[in-house]
Amino acid sequence: MTPTTYRRLELGALTSTAILLVAIIPWLHANGTISNFTIGVWGKYLCYALLAISVDLLWGYTGLLSLGQALFFTLGGYMHGMYLMRMIGDLGQYKKPLPDFLVFLGWERLPAFWEPFASFPFALSMVFLLPGIIAYIFGFLAFRSRIKGVYFSILTQALTYAASIMFFRNNLLLGGNNGFTDFKFILGYNLAAPATSRALFIATAMAVLLAYVFCRWLSQTKFGLVQQAIRDGENRVLFSGYATAHFKLFVFVVAALIAAVGGALYTPQVGIINPGEMQADKSLEAVVWVAVGGRGTLLGPIIGAITINALKSWATRAYPDLWLILLGGLFIIVVLFLPGGIVSLPTRLRSAWQIFRAAPPPSPASSPKPPLT
Amino acid sequence: MMNNLTRWVRLALRLTLLHGSIALAAETPRQLIVRATLAADAATQRAALAELMGQADTAIAPLLEAWRTDALFIFTTPEGIKIPVLISGEKTAAGTATASRLTDGLPLTDAQGNPLVLTVADLAPVEHNASLRRAMKAVLDLADLAATEPEKRIKAISTIGLTQDVEKLPAFRARLKIETDGAVNRALREAIALAQLKNPLPAAQLAALNELQALRSLASTDFLKRALKEFEEAKDPTLAAAARAALAAVDEHRASVDFFGTLFRGLSLGSILLVAALGLAITFGLMRVINMAHGEMIAVGAYTTYLVQAMFGSGLTIPCFGFSLPIFGLNLTGPAYQAYFIAALPCSFLAAALVGIALERSVIRFLYRRPLESLLATWGVSLVMQQGLRLMFGANNVQVASPTYLSGNWLINDVILGWNRVFVIGFAIVIVFGMGLVLTKTSLGLLIRASMQNPTMAACMGVRTPRVNMLTFGLGSGLAGLAGAFLSQIGNVGPSLGQGYIIDSFMVVVVGGVGSIGGTILSAFGIGGIDQVLQQYLPYVAPGLNWVPGIGGFLQNLAQDAAVFGKILVLAGIILFLQWKPAGLFPTRSRSLED
Repeated sequence: MTPTTYRRLELGALTSTAILLVAIIPWLHANGTISNFTIGVWGKYLCYALLAISVDLLWGYTGLLSLGQALFFTLGGYMHGMYLMRMIGDLGQYKKPLPDFLVFLGWERLPAFWEPFASFPFALSMVFLLPGIIAYIFGFLAFRSRIKGVYFSILTQALTYAASIMFFRNNLLLGGNNGFTDFKFILGYNLAAPATSRALFIATAMAVLLAYVFCRWLSQTKFGLVQQAIRDGENRVLFSGYATAHFKLFVFVVAALIAAVGGALYTPQVGIINPGEMQADKSLEAVVWVAVGGRGTLLGPIIGAITINALKSWATRAYPDLWLILLGGLFIIVVLFLPGGIVSLPTRLRSAWQIFRAAPPPSPASSPKPPLT
Repeated sequence: MMNNLTRWVRLALRLTLLHGSIALAAETPRQLIVRATLAADAATQRAALAELMGQADTAIAPLLEAWRTDALFIFTTPEGIKIPVLISGEKTAAGTATASRLTDGLPLTDAQGNPLVLTVADLAPVEHNASLRRAMKAVLDLADLAATEPEKRIKAISTIGLTQDVEKLPAFRARLKIETDGAVNRALREAIALAQLKNPLPAAQLAALNELQALRSLASTDFLKRALKEFEEAKDPTLAAAARAALAAVDEHRASVDFFGTLFRGLSLGSILLVAALGLAITFGLMRVINMAHGEMIAVGAYTTYLVQAMFGSGLTIPCFGFSLPIFGLNLTGPAYQAYFIAALPCSFLAAALVGIALERSVIRFLYRRPLESLLATWGVSLVMQQGLRLMFGANNVQVASPTYLSGNWLINDVILGWNRVFVIGFAIVIVFGMGLVLTKTSLGLLIRASMQNPTMAACMGVRTPRVNMLTFGLGSGLAGLAGAFLSQIGNVGPSLGQGYIIDSFMVVVVGGVGSIGGTILSAFGIGGIDQVLQQYLPYVAPGLNWVPGIGGFLQNLAQDAAVFGKILVLAGIILFLQWKPAGLFPTRSRSLED
């Protein structure tokens, strides 16, 4: 397959997927073939696909295994969730203009930092700003002192852990361990209406496609080449005169933003966001999606996120006790026996087939006999 | 009939004789109570009860309790002699019961010595009113003052002392004269001084204040503050100054108690971190294997302790993937049962070491050259093991009882030292020395160090490096198992026990410098100490956080949660620390580019 035919094939596949996601599925939903519940679940899978893309951009393309992507995902979700909480207005349990949990904690007035979240543009900018700034500060510190490899992974995990124990506290005034839920309206539209779910699904699908196209484009630029060179041999890149820390910092922030968008779209579609989403396990789960789908490719994480989550939805209902064993086992098997993930299966099968076809007449050249001793 | 009558007469005679003897000798507590029950008016009754104050007879409490709950009756003989009795046996259907005499606690008998059966409804209950019940309570409160165990005495004295009851003073003073135990003596002096604060005489108050200052009693803070306010309002400069001085002395003492308490808690947390991280210092530090299942090795050790405990006790049945696996118990009791913990130590080491060796053989040995992948695969293992433990032992915490020699506290100058914590500190020291000896003095240690420093060269010299790798990983996992046995004495044992320690353990090893055992020790105590200091002193700093623009109130609010905020600050501090020393406290130097 020449690069040109490959590119043509990819473009075709991309266009048809885009049409399927943005037009056909919403149309089927509008005429009732796909239920409201199903489209919500698929929307959730696509949000997870964004998270998986962000993990892959770091791990698959830059060699940075971040165990903190769930943090940025959840932060994005919280920022959007704050807007959605404000939109509940006085329709909450306590019929007060404050979010329920604040009333419950005994607040009479809205805390100052909650005020501006009534505006959607502000919340939207915070979806990008807060995860972006945190990623920038952490990345700056980590890359400046050349923390890499497993140390980077452990530190990102510690960062996520610190944030999660903070978000579990009621004193943070972000809902404690219940988080935000019970949303009613988004931009004036009722969240329970099928049309709203459909619009959110289309928005998520477009975000996934945009992220895909952006990463695809980035990997082909000179920047992308340096990025992959860092993955394969950072010292050589460093000695060639590239400030690898800057490249890594940029990728880290971009990945955080992609994850944050995923989180922001996740909140209204799932209807709840809580600190459970940012626990260390969730980040590692996202890494499993990427590993199973195939890292270092862009299709892999999307396939991985969707298949594993579909598997999870089925297994947690059918075998609730065995799901974690299944997930853990799958992970061990993929790491040990299928490092390329699902995406590498066709190539592997093809080469296996070729070996099988070539096998019957064993040519002496291809299988040299061990020397007799 | 005639016979019956003579019997009554004889009984009556005996009783009168008894009564006569009471009047002659000094009255015992029982006799005092008899006198109180027979007394005609409440004032005499109260006077009799007051004489009971501070006496330690074990008969007092049940008798007064019986009085209060209407189980004391007056039995009147046909001759009209009144005998106070305690209904002792069960009441029969006919409402009859046997009784015991109050005077000596012996059963009420007729002349032949057969127990008398009384009809309860015919007896007159001994009356009691509110003032009498109060008097009884006062007696009961002070009864513990003469208890044989010093702890019980101290508890009673402190409880009464806080009420500042002047009426209890005579009893306290009497006790102070005969008290020999130092701690009880101190408690008595404290209680007396507290009560004396209520004394209207300024001289007594001054003496009390000076006494409290000398005792530096922490319990008196609130009383001193209240007294200080009263004296200031009364414009009494001498007393106010004395109160201020006493308060200052107490505050100073509190600060030092807090300081040493924090020091101890920091040491103990440091030991816990060290014990949990030592295994990791071997598997991660020496072998460079990222074992995310390290926490589950700790859990394996803790559950092994639980199993050993069950074996020493009454046994256990484990549901194991549809089968049930019975574990037979030895049904031991007393010291033999308490020894289970000693037996559990080697068992938990072995169990975790075996699991670790199995893990190394089946997964990790394929991933020595791919550290990131070993991180992911071992995380998978950790998920499987967690769920396995959950399926076998249930999702809830299991009960691991502390043996008697590990429970209880040690109180030095108001600083509370828990025995289990002291033990963990000692254990950490032992285990560090033990590991140091294994690594430096044994041939296995030599092989381990050789294989870890340069596997290729070691292999060339004939060292079977795969085998050494296996044993090293087993050693690291076994240490984690030992940690689990100890952590079972400190925290809960549940399927996700290991998750609580894994991140901390990695932090300890990274900060100490990967590959340096000494660094691990230092960083464990450093992190533990800083964490405890922050937890202790953050609440004092919290109000001062207002100056931070914009988020001051928010920070202030957050700093109230000292435990969580302290932990976050420690993690942030670690990230900043790694800016300064990226390879930890004691980096292992190498000429290799990639290290």
